[in-house]
Amino acid sequence: MGFRYVSQEVVIQAKNLDLTFPTNDGDVHALKDVNLDIHKGDFVSFIGPSGCGKTTFLRTIAALETPTAGTVTVNGMTADEARKNRAYGYVFQAAGLYPWRTIRGNIKLPLEIMGYSKAEQEEHVTKVLDLVDLRGFGQKFPWQLSGGMQQRASIARALAFDADILLMDEPFGALDEIVRDHLNEQLLQLWDRTNKTIAFVTHSIPEAVYLSTKIVVMSPRPGRITDVIESTLPRERPLDIRDSQEFQDIAHRVREGLRAGHAYD
Amino acid sequence: MPILTVVAAIMVIWYASSVGMNKKWTYDQAGRAGVEVSFTEMVADTWAQERPVLPAPHQVVAELYHSVFEKKISSKRSLVFHGWITLSATMLGFVFGTGLGILLAVGIVHNRAMDMGVMPWAIASQTVPILAIAPMIVVVMSTIGATDFLGKETATAMFGYQPAFMKGILPKAVIAAYLSFFPVVVGMVKGLRSPDQMQLDLLKTYNAGKQRTFWSLRLPSSTPYLFTSLKVGMAAALVGAIVSELSAVPLRGLGARMLTGSYYGQTIQIWSALFAAATLAATLVASISWIERRSLKKMGMSS
Amino acid sequence: MNWLIGVFIFWVVAYFLNVSLANSKWHKTRLVRLAVPTVFGITILVVWEGLVRGLQVPSVILPPPSMIGARIAVSLPTLWADLIQTFVKGALTGYIMGCGSAVLTAILIDRSPFLQRGLLPVGNFIAALPIIGTAPILVMWFGFDWHSKAAVVVVMVFFPMLVNTVQGLAATDSMQRDLMRTYAGGYWNTLFKLRLPAAMPAIFNGLKIATTLALIGAIVAEFFGSPTLGMGFRISVEVGRLGLDMVWAEIAVAALAGSAFYGVIALIEKGVTFWHPSQRG
Repeated sequence: MGFRYVSQEVVIQAKNLDLTFPTNDGDVHALKDVNLDIHKGDFVSFIGPSGCGKTTFLRTIAALETPTAGTVTVNGMTADEARKNRAYGYVFQAAGLYPWRTIRGNIKLPLEIMGYSKAEQEEHVTKVLDLVDLRGFGQKFPWQLSGGMQQRASIARALAFDADILLMDEPFGALDEIVRDHLNEQLLQLWDRTNKTIAFVTHSIPEAVYLSTKIVVMSPRPGRITDVIESTLPRERPLDIRDSQEFQDIAHRVREGLRAGHAYD
Repeated sequence: MPILTVVAAIMVIWYASSVGMNKKWTYDQAGRAGVEVSFTEMVADTWAQERPVLPAPHQVVAELYHSVFEKKISSKRSLVFHGWITLSATMLGFVFGTGLGILLAVGIVHNRAMDMGVMPWAIASQTVPILAIAPMIVVVMSTIGATDFLGKETATAMFGYQPAFMKGILPKAVIAAYLSFFPVVVGMVKGLRSPDQMQLDLLKTYNAGKQRTFWSLRLPSSTPYLFTSLKVGMAAALVGAIVSELSAVPLRGLGARMLTGSYYGQTIQIWSALFAAATLAATLVASISWIERRSLKKMGMSS
Repeated sequence: MNWLIGVFIFWVVAYFLNVSLANSKWHKTRLVRLAVPTVFGITILVVWEGLVRGLQVPSVILPPPSMIGARIAVSLPTLWADLIQTFVKGALTGYIMGCGSAVLTAILIDRSPFLQRGLLPVGNFIAALPIIGTAPILVMWFGFDWHSKAAVVVVMVFFPMLVNTVQGLAATDSMQRDLMRTYAGGYWNTLFKLRLPAAMPAIFNGLKIATTLALIGAIVAEFFGSPTLGMGFRISVEVGRLGLDMVWAEIAVAALAGSAFYGVIALIEKGVTFWHPSQRG
């Protein structure tokens, strides 16, 4: 893999972001005064207990939620303009593949909507199926594949069009640990090969440390950022890097950050 | 609020269509009499004809009021009388049909031969227009003389007279029972099978027998299904009773009102019978829903 | 007497055959699954035939199956003409028009939550009513021929179909709709690529319910007046003449047509919603 240049170009920027949801029990302060810059080529994890606003933050970047105050810019546009420009691929907690389409058909879906030509569609689908190691499974239906393969197909779907940002909301949360390790490793390779910017929500400390160049620790009530940790791990990360002292140190700092945010109240 | 708007919209459309559909007759009459009618006169006339193509809502309501409240309930022109005839046949059939349906469902769940032999037919029978046999059942049962709930003599000996509803009730009740039977069988089998393997296994670890399992697991879990099929069965029983009244003797009940109405072009009478039937259906289904809510609440199956 | 003994023996044999088939180790094979209900059906027919003959039930009360079969064999042209009139012209036309307009209406009101909240309870309410009662009115409006029968069918199938389609269109979860938003998919893409396919199981559920309603509607509407043709007409006329074998023949045809109609819809459903868990097993 070797040397890889991380630019100082900011692709996602949140400024003084506030978001409250009105509920029957009064307003819920999901995000409070959130400021963050994400650079091109970064792999950023959001970690925190449930209710800390990490998913809400990701959804705000994707313009699936509208902030009450503050701004989000993506590629220099507002979040909603970026959505309409198809600036990012989004991977949800569940694969959410359409059961009536084959794997190929599912990956083609965004391409059809975005008006790619037939030839381009085929070309892109074949390319991303290779990327996620699903060659030969294109004609299968989602329900004929395992959970891990389904999630890989949904990642392929998010990669299929040429967006250079990938937003992932606990994509491996529902999978067992062995599958998860494997997919984490694959995801790192994929990130390295494609040079995408990835924002990744998780509640697993090892996952966050293993994957990220930057770890954003969040805490609830109100949802806010309590720490931003720049990872000192090398870019090349075999699975057993998790036994190293450096890894343990970063994990320790994340844990401290979570504790400092009274995350365990 | 949205419901009121929709109902109001239906009313407006109804009034407008009754103008549209009845105005030909108004103009014909005026033409024959050689008079000009203004637009307002025409509209007023279309809403007040005696045998309109489409009666206006207020005409139907007036007729309903007239035939429900202003007639003696024993009179042949009282909708209460006809409604009662239909209701008694529906209820009798419903009780028998659902009772037998539940019994058969219990048998099917506990006996594999019955399950494999009968169940496909019970399901297939739902695709068959059973109602078509209504006229035949009525005629055959009159031929063999099995039409009254209690014979004239028995009834007179017991009550001093033969109550009107008992006369000719049996064929109607049979059809009503037949129609409510199959939906209940299918629904109940589904319900009795609704406990999952884990729940069944749990009872097995308690060494509970088939009976115990039935009373403490299968029957309670089937309750929501039971009520759903009871509602379907009730609606079907009512339709069965109404349709069999088209050929039953004596010509009584809501179905008969519709038929005589259509013989004599009494559209208002048809509409009021239709509304009476609709009210009856809604009331019956609503009362089952009410019992459903109460018992499910009591059993802790709904909030 | 011989008939009765024969019937009893047949019944006992068939009963034990079925019980042993059902409890045999092959009870999950296709052949046995088909054989058991077939044996049951044949037993009913044999018991019916035997009882009618043994007890000498007059044919004006219950004709034996053999007599009904013979009647079907000699009346094929009449039965066919009745089937065309009632099923093809009345039921099928009304079915297509009623279901089609219900699906279109559902898509239209789906865009307006206000209409949904208003129309759905009303639709649910009407779907539970004895709509068959509109038959005399519609026969008056559209005349005795098949047009009025089709109209009755339209009214009968419309509301169950509407309610099912609206429920089906609401069947997508928020994640799937969010996915469409991340593609900036827009209304039509979401409708055609996500919501309509997802609604198919519910739509077909409605279509299947409507098959039975359509045939019932077309037959019963003929009781209120028809040309001298049609299954309902034949049934009411033959009942009056006590020609019960012909009545049973019509009922057999109606049952066959009804099951075939349902079967065709179920087959199409299998093809369209092959992906649904209920179809996979």
